[in-house]
Formats: sequence, structure tokens, C-alpha cells
Amino acid sequence: MSAPAQQPAAAAAEQHSNLIIVEGLIKHFPIRAGILRRQVGAVQAVDGVNFAVKRGETFSIVGESGCGKSTTARLLIRLLEPTGGKITLEGRDITHLKDSQLRPLRRDMQMIFQDPYSSLNPRHTVGKIVGAPFRLQGVTPPGGVKKAVQDLLAAVGLNPEHYNRYPHEFSGGQRQRIGIARTLALRPRLIVADEPVSALDVSIQAQILNLLEDLQKEFDLTYVIIAHDLSVVRHVSDRVAVMYLGKIVELADREALYRAPMHPYTVALMSAVPVPDTRRRQERERILLSGDVPSPISPPPACRFHTRCWKAQEICRTQEPPLVELLPQHHVACHFPENFPDETARASAPDGTLR
Amino acid sequence: MTTSALRDLVIRHPGQADEEPFLEVVDLRVHFPTDDGLVKSVDGLSFALDRGRTLGIVGESGSGKSVTSLAIMGLHTRPASEQTRPGAKLSGEIYLEGEDLLAKSPEYVRSLRGKRMAMIFQDPLSAMNPYYTVGHQIIEAYRIHNPVNKKVARKHAIDLLGRVGIPEPSHRVDAYPHQFSGGMRQRAMIAMALSCDPDLLIADEPTTALDVTVQAQILDLIRDLQSEFNSAVVLITHDLGVVAELADDVLVMYAGRAMEYGSAEQLFNRPAHPYTWGLLGSMPRFDRKKSERLLAIKGTPPSLINVPPGCPFHPRCSYAARNNGRSEDVRPELAPVEPGHTVACHLTQIEREQIWEHEIAPML
Repeated sequence: MSAPAQQPAAAAAEQHSNLIIVEGLIKHFPIRAGILRRQVGAVQAVDGVNFAVKRGETFSIVGESGCGKSTTARLLIRLLEPTGGKITLEGRDITHLKDSQLRPLRRDMQMIFQDPYSSLNPRHTVGKIVGAPFRLQGVTPPGGVKKAVQDLLAAVGLNPEHYNRYPHEFSGGQRQRIGIARTLALRPRLIVADEPVSALDVSIQAQILNLLEDLQKEFDLTYVIIAHDLSVVRHVSDRVAVMYLGKIVELADREALYRAPMHPYTVALMSAVPVPDTRRRQERERILLSGDVPSPISPPPACRFHTRCWKAQEICRTQEPPLVELLPQHHVACHFPENFPDETARASAPDGTLR
Repeated sequence: MTTSALRDLVIRHPGQADEEPFLEVVDLRVHFPTDDGLVKSVDGLSFALDRGRTLGIVGESGSGKSVTSLAIMGLHTRPASEQTRPGAKLSGEIYLEGEDLLAKSPEYVRSLRGKRMAMIFQDPLSAMNPYYTVGHQIIEAYRIHNPVNKKVARKHAIDLLGRVGIPEPSHRVDAYPHQFSGGMRQRAMIAMALSCDPDLLIADEPTTALDVTVQAQILDLIRDLQSEFNSAVVLITHDLGVVAELADDVLVMYAGRAMEYGSAEQLFNRPAHPYTWGLLGSMPRFDRKKSERLLAIKGTPPSLINVPPGCPFHPRCSYAARNNGRSEDVRPELAPVEPGHTVACHLTQIEREQIWEHEIAPML
């Protein structure tokens, strides 16, 4: 799809490098009560999220339970309809497409689910499960569906002869491979993976992470990965967005984010990760957040993190910090960011260190 | 082999004096008869633990770590006689301060639960009764072991809830489990487990269901409470990061057996078993730059009905071929590699050190 001719070349190039653009995305789930089922409130699951995913990259969204990361994933591939905002896939506005209009789009974007036990129909054979996308889209692959399915099974490291077996005959890791083979069937460009390895054992998790990496090269895929495990995110991502209570608080390149996180929430999150290294047990400084994440039904005003932030001041309670690019490619929504060099240091720093 | 000979084989930590360890498990076997065959969940496991120390038991699903903890707590249903009721077949010995729990009656072991030993479960929602308030459940456990009236017990429950970091404990004591968040529920369960100051605390994946910031709070809490009560803690987890945070000693389990046992310092800095290498290599590292690929372990864990003969790990081991077929035929026993550090592997010490130094350590 080409950008309109009247657009400036730079904007067109920018548009071209982005596969999917999200602007001001909002999803509120209504809470209804009483006989008339009147809306009495809303769970503000996602509340004004902006980001763009570049072609060929792995973009991760990380956060704790209830931060809205899974809802964002479901909005992205339009399993949910946004309450507000705009989603543009390859220049096309897909925010409010109807089901019938969405179906052709499913060839381009697919989803890998968390639980390999509930995402496969136990009554269907592996062949039927992996071949379903062809059937639903009315596509006949060259060489026939059976051959295409067997090629896919081989591509994800399963034995193609297991075509006629049922999901219960496979282990958790193998089931996740079956799910991945299904998402690859129609050669999508975008794969959204919601916690793709969190239900798997450590040794199997590594196999699947390696597989996802191989497939990205082989099939030229763009990944959006939703995860809560910061170690997994560090391993797979090019860029990372950190979410808290429905908002992105920080968005940066992986190395920059892990080397020098700027939002206090990111700093606290990272200090809490247990590291398999006994020598670092004493050295590490841990920031313990007090209390729990507030309810997304009535999130705190202004900066949503101020109730748990050790740096919070009056301005944090009254004025919402916007997500701004404080360092090149490093966006932070905070009035008092950490690891922020002062103006002189910033000017004199060589470009390479502040990528 | 006689029991006394086996007991001599139980590896002692150098710090562990000659006196009897607080908890000692000797050649524990837990087998479950099923229609498909005998499931050997735990098959010849021995370890010891002293007061004031934390033992981390690491392994993947089906390695037998939870079954071991249930066996210590006496929570397996045991068949009344052969072939009458399904249940676990247990053999071996579990000594708690010299008393063999497996030889005692279930009623006696029950009287120890709560007071002498207590357990924190993985999923607090299913471990608590939704029908009773949190306070009621703590008070119940406390009053079974302590002759006090309700008022005193209630005050004790409020104290405990406050100590595990629940805000407004005097209100929260009357709340139901579903009114708590996941982290608070886990805290409440810890409060329940600690209500009678147990000497032995078994925590089975205590933080797996929790977010990382809450996990950090709970791990700190367990550490503080342990130093306060000088209890022995068995920490069961699949997360090597959690083990490195909390454990003094580590036991790596695979297919119901011990693969490696040593201090946390030894295990993380000089791991000696190929399975331990595999676990370390499989973990994406938070604290280091990305290594290109993870060193995944090939294949999948074995069925516990047909555990591979010889070393149970040999079908997945990259180094089994170096042992002239012994890995397939001979079951390796735990043998010392350095004081306090034992490993069940056929590789020679020299081979092992070379592989670790040249092939594994640089890749992590």
C-alpha cells in the first residue's frame, strides 16, 4: 500500500518503515449495575497509548498483571474494538472495521496465545488445526493443504508424520509449537504473542524463544510480544514499552532501557527481578514498592504511579506527565526521571552512548 | 544397603556439625500405582537441612519437588493395604529431629502440622477456604495448637497480619480471601503458616503466581521471618533467580532424583551437572547483555512411568556419549566433587571442569 503522493517524502518513509501505528488508543470496559444495567463506571484498561511498530522488529510490552498489556495486544489485532484512538496497519485505518472487513486482514496478523492447552481444539487433529487458516480463508496453497501443513510442522520442529495425532498426545512445548505453526500458515507479517512462553518449563521456554527467533528471520516477521518476565523481554526485544495502569510510562531501545531505566516504576520493576547470581545478592540495591497496584476502575489522578513513587511531589498529583522523548529514542512519562543526565552532560556525551 | 549405611551417605554440608540435622530425608521413594503403570515421582532422594538454613529445591514440572514436600508434610494419601485404595506408596525415612515421620501414625503427623512444620502453597486462592474469613482460618489453626480463648487468638491473628505487611490488619482480619489481592492473599497464607512459629517451613513455589514487585516483597518477608524464628526453610521453585536470592543450599532434581546438591555459591559458580548447565543456559539473563542464542536442552522431560535406565537425563544430555555407554546402563549416585558439593554424573572430574570452563561458562 503506497502513501498518498502529496505527503512529504520523509513522512512517507516514516510511514513505510512502520507496520502498525497506534495513536491515543483507549479501551474502557463498562461496569453495569442495577435493573436497568446502567453504566456506573468503567475499567480503564488501556487509557491513551501511543506507539509504532517498525517492520521486522520485535516490540515488547511489559508490565504487571492488570496494566493493560494483554488488552493492548487484543486491540492491536482487533479481537477487541477500541473505545477511542486509532490503529493504522500499513497505512490503513483498522480501528472500527467490521468483522467481515477484518477477515481478510487476519492473513496479515496473527496471534500466539499463552496457554497451549486451551488454545487448541482437543477434538481436532494437528493437521486440521494447522490447516484451519487455509480452510477459513479459502486459500489453496501450492502442493495442497496437507503438504503445506507438513512443511509448517517441520518448520516449527515437529515431526510432519504427526499430522493425524491429537493435541493431548503432545507435551506443553510441542503444543505451543503447533499453535505457532498455525499462526504461520498464511504467512502473516505481524505476529502478536501474548505471554508465549510463560506457561512452559525453563528448558522448553528456551527452545521456543530460539524457535521464534529463527522464524522471524526465515519468514520476515514483525513481533509484538506481551510478557511480564523482564529477562525474557530483554532477550527477545528490539524495543520495549513499559506499561502501568493502562498507560505507557517508558518506551525505549532495549539496551538503553535495561542499562539506564528512567521512569521510577521501571527502575523499581528491574530492581525486583531475581538474578541467578549469588555474588550479586548483596550488591544489588532493591527498591521495594509499597502496597498494590491501584484499581483501574478509579486510577489515581495525574501521574498514575504517584501513590507508590518515592520521588512523587505535588506536581505529580496534579499534572499528568506526558510521554516525551527525553533522550533520542527514549520516551518517558515522568516529572522527575532517573538516570537523566543534566543538560551539559547530555550535550557533551558522544552520540554512541545515548543511542 | 542398610539404612544406617545409607544415612552415612547423606551428604553433610561442612558447616553442618556432627550432631543430628534438623530435617533429614533418607532414600525417599514416592510411587503412585496407576492403570498405565507405576509412576515413580520420587525415586531414592536423600538430603539434610539444619535450622536457620534455607534449602532450595529446583526442578521442572514433574521432577518430584512438590511430591517430596507433600511427603515431608505427610499429606499423601496412603493406601490402607495393597490394592485396596489408590494412593501413594512411600518408602525411606524422613527424620524431623531424629523422629522418623514415615514410621508414625497419620494422626501423630497431623498433630505436628501447623505447629512443628507448616507449608506455604503456590496458589493461595485454592489453599484457603472461600467460605471463612481470613482471620477465622488463622484463628482456627492457632487454637488447635494453643489453649487460648477466641479473643486472644484473634489478637494474635491481627498481629500476624500486621507483621506480614497487610495494611489495616484489624479490619482485614474479617475479610474473605476473595477480597484480597493476589499478593495480600499470599501474605495472609504466610501469616497462617507462621501462626504457631513452625520450626520447619516448606514454601512450594511461593511467588510463582505473583508479579515481580510483589515477589520481591514476599521473598524479603520470608527471609526476615526466617531470621526472626530461626526456622529451617525448604523453598521449592523452578526459578533459579529466586533460588539465588534466598537459598543457602540447592538441590537440583530431575525425574524424581537428585542430580546435584551443594551450596548456592557452588551451584551457581561451579555447576557440575549437565542438567544444571542446561537450566542455566536456558534462562534468558536479565543482568547481562543478550547472548545470541539460549543454550536450550534438547527434547522433553521423561515420563515418570518409563524413566530412562541409567542416568535419567542421558537422552537429553549432550555429553552422555563420552561415558562409554555407562550413562545408558548404570544409574549414577551422588558423589562429591568438592566439600559439600555432590553430583550424580558419570563424567570424570577433569572432563566436567573442562566442559564447564570452555564450552558452557563462556556462553552464559
